[in-house]
Amino acid sequence: METELTLQVDGATHRLRVDTRTSLLDALRQRLGATSPKKGCDHGQCGACTVLVGGRRILACLALAVAHDGAEVTTAAGLAPGPDEDHPVHRAFVDHDAFQCGYCTPGQVCSAVGVLDELERGWPSAVTADVAGGPDLADAGAVDREIAERMSGNLCRCGAYKGIRAAVAEVVGVAEGARR
Amino acid sequence: MRPFAYATPPDAREAVLAVAERPDASFLAGGTNIVDHLRLGVATPGLLVDVTALTSAEIEDLPDGGLRIGAAVRNSDLAADHRVRARYPVLAQALPSGASGQLRNMATTGGNPLQRTRCVYFQDVTTPCNKREPGSGCAAIGGATRNHAILGASEHCIATHPSDMAVALAALDAQVQVLGPDGDRTIPFTDLHTLPGSTPEHDTVLGHGDLITAIDVPALPLATRSRYRKVRDRASYAFALVSVAACLDVADGEVHDVRIALGGVAHKPWRAHRAEEALRGAPATDESYRAAAEAALTDALPQEGFDGGNAFKIPLLTGTLVSTLRELAGEETRT
Repeated sequence: METELTLQVDGATHRLRVDTRTSLLDALRQRLGATSPKKGCDHGQCGACTVLVGGRRILACLALAVAHDGAEVTTAAGLAPGPDEDHPVHRAFVDHDAFQCGYCTPGQVCSAVGVLDELERGWPSAVTADVAGGPDLADAGAVDREIAERMSGNLCRCGAYKGIRAAVAEVVGVAEGARR
Repeated sequence: MRPFAYATPPDAREAVLAVAERPDASFLAGGTNIVDHLRLGVATPGLLVDVTALTSAEIEDLPDGGLRIGAAVRNSDLAADHRVRARYPVLAQALPSGASGQLRNMATTGGNPLQRTRCVYFQDVTTPCNKREPGSGCAAIGGATRNHAILGASEHCIATHPSDMAVALAALDAQVQVLGPDGDRTIPFTDLHTLPGSTPEHDTVLGHGDLITAIDVPALPLATRSRYRKVRDRASYAFALVSVAACLDVADGEVHDVRIALGGVAHKPWRAHRAEEALRGAPATDESYRAAAEAALTDALPQEGFDGGNAFKIPLLTGTLVSTLRELAGEETRT
């Protein structure tokens, strides 16, 4: 059964007809040519398909396209502020060798952008010592634990976690410094 | 995947009627579980009725000091709410201990308690499963049982309920607001989920077309001193082997009041009434906590399995409960 919907992807508006069974991930990749989100497990376990919808990180493989009519989707490729420019998270991933094969990287990058926003809002995580107070961004050890916990939904088969943690920590530190 | 129609009725009442009149219709909310089941062939609805925009996405204060959580409130927003974090730390801890940040941004308050078991045999359509296909048998019994139940299981099903949020809600005396084809009703959260018995295809008492519209958490002053402790095979992004949700009020070295619910041990979030009874009025000591764990586990029946079975859950749960209560008692005590 087919249905018509509108998606805004990385700033461009698209009108398309899809089968109701089409995931947001397949709509992005196969219908709109937005191939930076990757299909890893297709079961919501690996995080390779992570995109931002309305600024919040979600898994595009477990989202039905039909249920996202009108959604504003940002992929890792659409994060850059302009052509030939990098998003700070892109730059940090490069600087810290936060990948090897690169397949999980667009999902990692989108997830990291989500993590930065969630930390900024003071959302607690499973490792936040003071759930009422929120994460302690002044303590580098606590920040590393927060990053590991918050990025746990993104698997990296190459095991580039050390670089990923360092990359996200750098951006958290920059954002934290900028706020002071 | 079986083709399905998709509908977005104008309001919740219409959505309930749309599902009620079609036996093969299902509600769709965050989709984190059902979309996977569509793909696996575990769920084969002919109609999905999207209710995401039809129930409240707000958390409202109730006159008694409790909270009414709209069914469409995302798990991440609920965990981040300052009232939840201050009044019900056990709930604010349980939520982020489940799933991943991406999934919590999708999953809803109404959908979370209705997620299905993660029993691998339930999710594998090539194996018999009484929950997925009534009467076909249970591949879990004698199979890999590490993640299975030790309380309240039956010869037909030994699955566990996977939610962390639900364990906290069971401890907090939450109430479920339901809109059904015949109108509204309220169900105590601890009565929402059922034991498998001979009908494991049912996870809850909800009938076809019943829609959760909100979950109320009553004022519970002792919940300000509460905790969720989850034990799993890896430190993050895994389902519980066992978990404990506890609220504890200690006065003058004695347990004045307590709420305990257990996760990872049964077909439903397991409210440990026997443990609570054993603790009320007892000295706030490890000995009492251990006796409470024994009371909770009196009827525990571990499963054998080719993976070594799950008898380990008895000492694991005992230790987890004792240490959780000890930590809670160690926090600021009432005088």
